[in-house]
Amino acid sequence: MSLDVTLQTDPGILSSDPVEEARRQIEICNACRYCEGFCSVFPAITRDKVFADGDITQLANLCHNCRGCYYACQYTAPHEFDLNLPRALAAARADSWERFAWPDGLARTFQTRGKALAAALVLGTALMFAAIAALPGGGTGFYAWLGHGALVAIFLPAFVLPLAVICVGLRRYWTEVGGLRVNWADLKCAAVSAGRLKNLSGGQGQGCNFEKEERFSDARRHMHQAVMYGFLLCFAATASGTVLHYVFDMQAPYGFWSAPKLLGVPGGILLSIGSAGMLMLRRKADPELGTPGRGSGERGFIWLLGFAGLSGLLLYAAQDSWLTGPLLALHLGGVLALFLLTPYSKMAHGFYRFAALVRDAQDQRTRGHV
Amino acid sequence: MTLMDPGQLSAGVWDVVIAGGGNAALCAAIEAAETGAKVLILEGAPKVYRGGNSRHTRNFRCMHHGALGPLVDTYDEEEFWQDLLRVTKGETDETLARHAIRTSEQCLPWMQSHGVRFQPSLAGTLSLDRTNAFFLGGGKALVNAYYLTAEDLGVTVAYDAQVRHVAIADRRATHLDVELGGEIHTVRGRAFVLASGGFQSDLDWLARAWGPSARNFLIRGTPYNRGVVLRDMVDQGAMTVGDPTQCHAVAIDGRAPKFDGGIVTRLDCVPFSIVVNKHSQRFYDEGEDVWPKRYAIWGRLVAAQPDQVAYSIIDNRAIDLFMPSVYPPISADTIEGLAQKLGLSETALAGTVRAFNAACRPGNFHPQQLDGVATDGLDPPKTNWARPVSEPPFYAYSLRPGVTFTYLGLKVDKSARATGPDGPYDNIWSAGEMMAGSILGQGYLAGFGMTIGTVFGRIAGQEAAAHVA
Repeated sequence: MSLDVTLQTDPGILSSDPVEEARRQIEICNACRYCEGFCSVFPAITRDKVFADGDITQLANLCHNCRGCYYACQYTAPHEFDLNLPRALAAARADSWERFAWPDGLARTFQTRGKALAAALVLGTALMFAAIAALPGGGTGFYAWLGHGALVAIFLPAFVLPLAVICVGLRRYWTEVGGLRVNWADLKCAAVSAGRLKNLSGGQGQGCNFEKEERFSDARRHMHQAVMYGFLLCFAATASGTVLHYVFDMQAPYGFWSAPKLLGVPGGILLSIGSAGMLMLRRKADPELGTPGRGSGERGFIWLLGFAGLSGLLLYAAQDSWLTGPLLALHLGGVLALFLLTPYSKMAHGFYRFAALVRDAQDQRTRGHV
Repeated sequence: MTLMDPGQLSAGVWDVVIAGGGNAALCAAIEAAETGAKVLILEGAPKVYRGGNSRHTRNFRCMHHGALGPLVDTYDEEEFWQDLLRVTKGETDETLARHAIRTSEQCLPWMQSHGVRFQPSLAGTLSLDRTNAFFLGGGKALVNAYYLTAEDLGVTVAYDAQVRHVAIADRRATHLDVELGGEIHTVRGRAFVLASGGFQSDLDWLARAWGPSARNFLIRGTPYNRGVVLRDMVDQGAMTVGDPTQCHAVAIDGRAPKFDGGIVTRLDCVPFSIVVNKHSQRFYDEGEDVWPKRYAIWGRLVAAQPDQVAYSIIDNRAIDLFMPSVYPPISADTIEGLAQKLGLSETALAGTVRAFNAACRPGNFHPQQLDGVATDGLDPPKTNWARPVSEPPFYAYSLRPGVTFTYLGLKVDKSARATGPDGPYDNIWSAGEMMAGSILGQGYLAGFGMTIGTVFGRIAGQEAAAHVA
């Protein structure tokens, strides 16, 4: 029975290092435990007495920034312990994504600078205009502007390469947090939690404290659901188009009563509304409880998501008109930027958050509640 | 709503004026406001520190028959009363105490319907899941919920508003003198509820009452409970209860902040350690009973030692046996090295440890129960968990007395009405820590402070509102 107490920090000494500062605050939380019922982070904290770097990374990625613990905390500033766990974990979380993304430095650029995301959008759009000019297609609908072969040539690598980088990052994450072999039960547990955004429910369905200070609200949970399901529907729409094309030899354009449109139109609407909602909620929320220094990149990412959704809807609305060409370039430019930046923008959070939920399911299964 | 213009304080006559901004004050404000009364809360702390010691609480002790909210089984009046009798050793008022116990059952649903959320017992406190309902997020979450409810009911809240004087004429309070923004305002009202806590944060008062050593005590709760209103009432001849010299003190980590350290400064290692004073001498049986039953007496034990400090010393085998402490232990590979780091005499500490180790006898060590593994021929003895402190590294935590609350309070009746030199006041009620000494004259029962505050806060609010109706 030994414990590596050298890991313990002095609760009175604040640190500028994100991992060290998160450790200091987590140790204070573990000595208090009043917040145990809010989310998965606090029961996970009680399973340990000291916290290695990997434990901090796991707890940081498990946190959904609902902020319930901040408003309930008796140790927030001006108390000398100066607790702000949502911010401390957000800082450690962003730090972990930036460490895990290959190559070094790229993630930091896009996480901290909205302008970099905007530049990627402009570049992506310019590339698509150039492609349309250089590679006119021979089909109908938007294939008249850009051929199917050209689309595949651009988007297949733009989809596969970022995914490969994400896989490398997830592997690094899994090693750092000491993850075990994944089984179906863990995946199911994580999928249910992510699908319901259980960790934004406040523990009892009252919601989170994102935009109304100590009052609870479900607004962020609902807006995030709109974004998440909107994105997944859009993705499913594209995937269904691919299946129709290759398996059933049915070429675009598809009518309204087709899988790509029935999935894509509601997806685009949800994505647009959700993104606008998330941006509005952010304006009301206290930035001091969010990720330090990443606000610009986070806003830029939401704008990019919303832009991809809205431009897709407009492209459909403008079908068969002269606007199809320019809108196609804008939409595909947005999607291209979104895909390519997946490992380097806030988009990465979805993958790491899911991994953290899987790891937490494992931890609950193997160690239970202490 | 939050008061923005201090001039508003003295602009008219309030129906119910409440001195204090913790649990009892808020319960009173909500009850009064629900009758339509115009209510003012005078909270002495700034908004970020609102809620007095209620900010640091975590549960509510509650009588119940069958499952109620998060509570399981049954906890009836008699068992509750016997628990109270045991800790107070009879220093209680049976009528008031039974009234608080009985009313607690209907308070839990009332709390829920006014915004308080409960959660299952916290990890490590399972023994309380029958008797104590834990607040989701702790006491500050409860305080936040009540402020929001009060705000929705139209209660006016003035922060940084410190009551200096209760003006009383002919058994009737006429107004309060309230300091806000460096000026004294006259706050007139028709009924007054005094719920502004004890005096434990006034170190001078504590030193006068307890003795000069009290200056070395740490105050576990808010620095704003300075007993100004209590003193003012006592000076005007209000009847009091509770020993004016006593406070409830537990042993906490000696490195804790002077004020407001709260729950995280607790230290649970004592039963698995030997505890020495600054002369490296042991002074009490560390293994007398399980820690939840002993932590409260250790505040007084340490207070009686020179410089009011002690050191709990364990070895490597004991470091993982207790709840995590927020302060890292002081560690060394030898007892002499540890003594050096603690500023103790190396030879004296080594001698004490050697004598203790020599007195230990073989036995089956069980950290979770009274194992009877005792020393032989040692004074004072260690009667449980007496295992040699012998396996390096060695660890030490410093201990100091941490004051939770004081016992002196205003005497009230079942309707929470305070009593002056000429009998009950016409329009002054009191609730919470300010009158808890009536019921809790000695010792402490976990979660019972919140029971008293909720029960009598609600009664005070109802009575005050009925008075002005």
